[in-house]
Amino acid sequence: MTIELIAGAIKAILMILLGLNLSLFLLYFERKGSALIQDRIGSNRVTITGLGKRMGMPNLGIINTTIADPVKMFTKEDFVPAGADKFVHTLAPFLALFPVMITYVVIPFGDTISIAGHRIGLEAADLNAGALYLLATIGLGVYGIALAGWSSNNRWALLGAIRATAQMISYELAMGLAIVSVIMAFGTLNLQQIVRAQGGVWFGFLPRWGIFVQPLAFVLLLVAGAAESKRIPFDLPESESELIQGYFTEYSGGKQAVFMLTDFAEQALVAMLLTTFFFGGWQVPWLMRDGFHLPGGAVLAVPALAVSLLGVVAFLVKVVALCIFLGMVRWTLPRFRYDQLMRLGWKGLVPLGLINVLLTAFVVVATGRVS
Amino acid sequence: MPPFLYIFLGALAIVSALGVVVQRNPVHSLLALIATLMSVAILFIGETAVVVGFLQIIVYAGAIMVLFLFVIWLLNLQVETSLTGHLALKFFGSLAAALLMTELFFILAPRHLLVKFSREPAGYGSLASLAGKLFTDYLVAFEVTSVLLLAAVVGSVALARKPPGTDDPWVAEKIAS
Repeated sequence: MTIELIAGAIKAILMILLGLNLSLFLLYFERKGSALIQDRIGSNRVTITGLGKRMGMPNLGIINTTIADPVKMFTKEDFVPAGADKFVHTLAPFLALFPVMITYVVIPFGDTISIAGHRIGLEAADLNAGALYLLATIGLGVYGIALAGWSSNNRWALLGAIRATAQMISYELAMGLAIVSVIMAFGTLNLQQIVRAQGGVWFGFLPRWGIFVQPLAFVLLLVAGAAESKRIPFDLPESESELIQGYFTEYSGGKQAVFMLTDFAEQALVAMLLTTFFFGGWQVPWLMRDGFHLPGGAVLAVPALAVSLLGVVAFLVKVVALCIFLGMVRWTLPRFRYDQLMRLGWKGLVPLGLINVLLTAFVVVATGRVS
Repeated sequence: MPPFLYIFLGALAIVSALGVVVQRNPVHSLLALIATLMSVAILFIGETAVVVGFLQIIVYAGAIMVLFLFVIWLLNLQVETSLTGHLALKFFGSLAAALLMTELFFILAPRHLLVKFSREPAGYGSLASLAGKLFTDYLVAFEVTSVLLLAAVVGSVALARKPPGTDDPWVAEKIAS
């Protein structure tokens, strides 16, 4: 009992650290990756010792973005505007960050491992109703944004908050429908079992990943997830050219940093969800419990512990790749107009999601996979 | 669920429910209401009514409270500085409330104290058992309710719809001027 409790606590902390580190990576990619995409140099000034510069190495901006920027933000003055609701103004950033951080715990990041005779599943919380938990916590993220805009006593902030609330409520529906069709296809709400069902191959070479089972749901979750994390092309709530900075116009210092962190953490969460539902989570293609079964028929034995570790590495690689993909989308597309955003959500994604749910139901009943 | 957690969550629910009434600022009241709903939902989940708990968070805390927030913004409700109304009204109001409380206590309390608590079988309140009940024993009621809700949605859209032609902001502006 105690070893399970300790392992659970360690796994939960690991997941939150993973989320924070992915956010830091996304911050780096936001600065330097965007520079690469837009043919700029990007941040290249700050060094600690100056040794690399003297040796003629290019400055990759790592210290700039991952140390200097956060330190600058957290040491700035924390300003609360006159007429603002002080209590709610301080509470809002944490209300925004908290639901994202607690959602990480249901994401399975590996198969089970055995330590001293105990089998430990590599997910912080093995919930039977994991998908319901996801939908519940993601739905709570809207309060931090809405209350931040309201409590700032600023019209731009309030407009941004209203936009954010309407957008997140609209796209939550499409997101829910995409997740519903996935759980119908796999017949379980448990995320670890969904990942387990994606092991194995079709036709001897094609991994049984969710993207081949539910391609439409993948597109829906990708678009709705990008909209939920309020990134370009869905960054209407904080569009600089119209609303200054949207709902966090009146935030400075550490609280603003928390809002930026929330955006990146949501992006990392979307990448994790896409990995879990559509890219086989921790499944490595052609890797079974005893080793690789390559398409040609060759078998490569791998020890059990290495299989588990390879799974964790595969999960991380997939998540980072999807994070980079989402970042590239962010720096490629222009921003939607507000009516286009609403039309896409309600007239495009929601009907497609409903059709997908119906089709999935027909296929599930027709193939007789009803328990 | 360990007893200390049960007591803690119950106390949290009661304190935040009091906060809903006591707070002068409507948005603060709303925050307290969300806290109440969340602690009750966690109580449900702890007592194995998992689906009810999560649905309470998704539907009430996640969606309906956002609607409340929008209504508060839309009506531009301000902080209440003092209680409105005549002194006699306050006096008789409090008296009536106290009477109602006493009455409710005498009606409800003895029966509740006599209830024998029973353990439900394992798996009770899980999604599988709930879905099994809904789609076998209560199938007709479930389907009729869903059609009723659909009719309500379609009806509200039809009522809120603008007459054709005024959908375009340019046209609407021309009509207004």
